[in-house]
Amino acid sequence: MKLVVAVIRPDKLNDVLEALFRAEVRGLTITRVDGHGGETERVENYRGTTVKMELSEKVRIEIGVSNHFVEPTVKAILAAAASGEVGDGKIFVLPVEKVYRIRTGEQDEAAVTPVVAALA
Amino acid sequence: MTPIDGADTAWMLISTALVLLMTPALAFFYGGLVRGKNALNTMMMSVVSFAFVGVGWALVGYSLAFAEGTPWLGSFARAGLQGVGLEAFGGKFPHVLYMAYQGTFAIVTAALISGAIVERMRFSAYIAFITLWSLVVYAPVAHWVWGGGWLATMGALDFAGGTVVHINAAAAALVAAAMMGPRKDYARQAILPHNVPFVLLGAGLLWFGWFGFNGGSAYAASPGAALAFANTFLAPMATLLVWTLLDLKRSGKVTAVGAATAMVVGLVAITPAAGLVSPISALALGAFAAVPSYYAILFRSRTRLDDSLDVVAAHGVGGTVGALLTGILAEKAWGSPADGLLFGNPRQLGIQAVAVLAAIVFSGAVSFVLLKLISLFVPLRVTPREEGLGLDVTQHGEEGYARGEGALLILPEASKPSSSTALVAGLQPEGGRS
Repeated sequence: MKLVVAVIRPDKLNDVLEALFRAEVRGLTITRVDGHGGETERVENYRGTTVKMELSEKVRIEIGVSNHFVEPTVKAILAAAASGEVGDGKIFVLPVEKVYRIRTGEQDEAAVTPVVAALA
Repeated sequence: MTPIDGADTAWMLISTALVLLMTPALAFFYGGLVRGKNALNTMMMSVVSFAFVGVGWALVGYSLAFAEGTPWLGSFARAGLQGVGLEAFGGKFPHVLYMAYQGTFAIVTAALISGAIVERMRFSAYIAFITLWSLVVYAPVAHWVWGGGWLATMGALDFAGGTVVHINAAAAALVAAAMMGPRKDYARQAILPHNVPFVLLGAGLLWFGWFGFNGGSAYAASPGAALAFANTFLAPMATLLVWTLLDLKRSGKVTAVGAATAMVVGLVAITPAAGLVSPISALALGAFAAVPSYYAILFRSRTRLDDSLDVVAAHGVGGTVGALLTGILAEKAWGSPADGLLFGNPRQLGIQAVAVLAAIVFSGAVSFVLLKLISLFVPLRVTPREEGLGLDVTQHGEEGYARGEGALLILPEASKPSSSTALVAGLQPEGGRS
């Protein structure tokens, strides 16, 4: 099992969700975060105050997947989240020691395998 | 020479301030309906109308609309406010006040158009468009109806601007939305209002301001103003009631965005009729006006026409229904210069229809030409990248809801081009996370 963590642009979130859905990746968590990935800082003005915005809004997606699902998941995010400009984000793939599904107590592979009935 | 009346002057002073409030009210109404990343841009589209349409009005627009000229257009006789002084004009109050009152109408009418093109129009192109539009579309149409032009001569009834303001703006909105094309996310993902309380705040303030819009259009502190005032009070209530029932029937739930829209539709519909119909007719007019606009919004959202905030459904459809019902419900007994169809004068309905059509055709055609012209100098739309980031940051360099995290203060020395290393105060973010 792996935990795929992606940090992407907020305006690409819908595209990524759609791509993940098409890749049949189910079950994910998103968080609104602020981050800095080397993109050119925005300069904003408020009355006499000029500020450089070093942090940009990003969305962090976390997906627990079984090993053979890592590649399709990463591919889907790579294709959907790219705009070609600095600041598109990163994907991290982390090893996972243990996974439990809270509802059933299932563990590991069984815990990250989508339940078909749950979709109905 | 007409004497100045103190009561009339006082009422027109108040009315002018009330109508002026409608422009920031519209900013809240529209601003709440868009996504948070475009909130400031949308609100600024209303606010900037004060500057460009307002000054244009004083310098040229007022003269084109209200100076003596041909049946089609005023003249430059009052350009630069020449001869607009303290003498009575348009009623028993000073000419300069008449000019200011009419100016508030021009400002809010131009701002109304913005609802059709939010979240994608380049701000400079928008400024150019509303400035030119207020001079070559709004001023002539105002002249036709209120400045002694051909529609006035023909006997078209438009008490406070159903045709001049609402149909006129909606025709421009329709053309602009069609020419700009839909937002890149339109019909691909849900685009939700980011602040529904703002929408209700804006609608409430619009209603408040509308008492000056309709009540002031009697141009006197008179029984006619009282009638317009009462009808402005009654009609939107009836619209809201019917809208509520339609919402209940369709989804079993009464929506807040729907309620705000209903109030505006009711206000739009009663505008041409405000001082010309009985209060019970105003209730009927308001109730009836809910239906076409309600279904127009449902229909429009299934098309490719991204009239984003439904200017056409609310102001175009609502304005047309109001203008035609004025031709049906107007009563001499309540101070109208002519009776409507229901009171033995079917011809009035035809006159109303001609006025509506004339405004749609003229405003639509000239708006098309203006937008084409502007697009020769500056692209009408922002780039897709800018649209994704939001127009607040890309057009204005500000955010509506900045949290200030990661914002580094640039001290004045640092803004000089000579210093390559920015002198910043506060904490530098850690470089580790990237």
